[in-house]
Amino acid sequence: MHELPQNLANGLMLGLMYGLIAIGYTMVYGIVQLINFAHGEIFMIGGFGALTAYAALPHGTSLWLALPVMIIGGVIASVLTATAAERFAYRPLRTAPRLAPLITAIGLSIALQQVVWAFYPNAKKALSFPQFAGDPIGLGSFHLQRNDLFLLVAAPLCMLVLAAFVRLTRTGRAMQATAQDPDTAKLMGIDTDRIIVVAFALGAGFAAVAAVAHGLRYGQVDFAMGFLAGLKAFTAAVLGGIGNIYGAMLGGLVLGVAESLATAYVQDVPGMHQLGGGAWANVWAFVLLIVVLLVRPQGLLGERVADRV
Amino acid sequence: MTALLEVEDLRVAYGKIEAVKGVSFTVEQGEVTTLIGTNGAGKTTTLRTLSGLLRPTSGKILFEGEPIDAVPAHRIVARGLAHSPEGRHIFPRMTIEENLLLGAFLRRDAAGIAEDVERACTLFPILAERRKQAAGTLSGGEQQMLAMGRALMSRPRLLMLDEPSMGLSPLMMQKIMATIVELRAAGTTILLVEQNAQAALSLSDRAYVMTTGRITLSGTGADLLHDESVRRQYLGED
Repeated sequence: MHELPQNLANGLMLGLMYGLIAIGYTMVYGIVQLINFAHGEIFMIGGFGALTAYAALPHGTSLWLALPVMIIGGVIASVLTATAAERFAYRPLRTAPRLAPLITAIGLSIALQQVVWAFYPNAKKALSFPQFAGDPIGLGSFHLQRNDLFLLVAAPLCMLVLAAFVRLTRTGRAMQATAQDPDTAKLMGIDTDRIIVVAFALGAGFAAVAAVAHGLRYGQVDFAMGFLAGLKAFTAAVLGGIGNIYGAMLGGLVLGVAESLATAYVQDVPGMHQLGGGAWANVWAFVLLIVVLLVRPQGLLGERVADRV
Repeated sequence: MTALLEVEDLRVAYGKIEAVKGVSFTVEQGEVTTLIGTNGAGKTTTLRTLSGLLRPTSGKILFEGEPIDAVPAHRIVARGLAHSPEGRHIFPRMTIEENLLLGAFLRRDAAGIAEDVERACTLFPILAERRKQAAGTLSGGEQQMLAMGRALMSRPRLLMLDEPSMGLSPLMMQKIMATIVELRAAGTTILLVEQNAQAALSLSDRAYVMTTGRITLSGTGADLLHDESVRRQYLGED
């Protein structure tokens, strides 16, 4: 177990990324009770938006200078995609049976992947994403990848901004009211259609930030990267208690750490040597989900369904 | 002199099922007007249509002489109608104060809002005591007070109360009814929907009896309180 600090650090980094994406699932679910399965693709498009912005900068621009532009490019791409999806795919189905928007979301997810595959230049294979050069930073018993520093700063910052927004602003309070009781929110004078757009846009913005972190971490983006990342983030959202923004972050961290530790140590358990290693990471992530749902169906920070009316 | 609210031949349907089948009534400035009737008579549907949560299939709704039947629900409160819905529908995970403030969501006058929070707390002292407590922890009667206080926070020209006595103890119900009398005395126009006909009629200026989507009887509160058929059907007398 001598590498425990390192494995924990890896897990936390992964968890911050899952959590950042999970916020989008949880906010949209909290407000319209829709699992937006296209959210993984909204994340992926954020990565492509960031890459496009990078490519538009003069050749040789330092990555430090380019990073803010890439974030803006990614956020614009993700937010536009998400709000367009809300307006044209989900809103017409607002009063339809719940299965209809769910199937639409799955269809949209496939469609967005294929659009990027077909129309983004050279996107039929993975495209390389700029990375910071340099050795990992040693911190005593473990080290941090330079490219993960972005995530370490951006994820907590996003979370703080979101918490402040929801608690302190008028729109934030309107979001809470809409999540708790949409009809009554309308009676208060809240334009719930607008609040729904805000929820989609905020989730998309955070997904774009996560996509930049993902690109820096792995050095590439590809049209299919939203599938697994989206599935993991969805798992994180459910794990933390879907509808709860703090739950999304906590669920992401728990999932990331569990995945990292399981990958490293399961093979050390007697009789389980064939189940260890990176190939099993996804299996352990979903096993964790199943176990938590068996013990605590509402998720770690979720409220019992009966409380939600 | 036109009435504050005029409803003309209003029809509302859920899919193919018509719940309100051509209802006409008026609410006069400064009065308490009541719709009574059994479950499923269409009273709640009527109120939800007035506040824009449902769309009429036909008919007219005039508020202060202006048609409001095509106004979206979130713009209705700005017109001066506030609706305290059936089942109270307070925001359970927000504090009492936050609930009250949401009632003033569209207002920008901080001083006036603060004043009205105090007024609601004076009207319902229990709310003052529990200001920072989650509204979901209140009893049914207290939640009803909160729902009424919240509706008043928009300074409505018409206050619509849907079944404010539902599920309350007799003592709590008396309190709520006394508050309605108090609000009327202060000049608030009220449209009340009630199943508790006795209590509602005795404080109403004008009342309408609804039966399966239609208005079958109307008159002053006192008229209906003494009406033979009302006594038989709604007041439980043989």
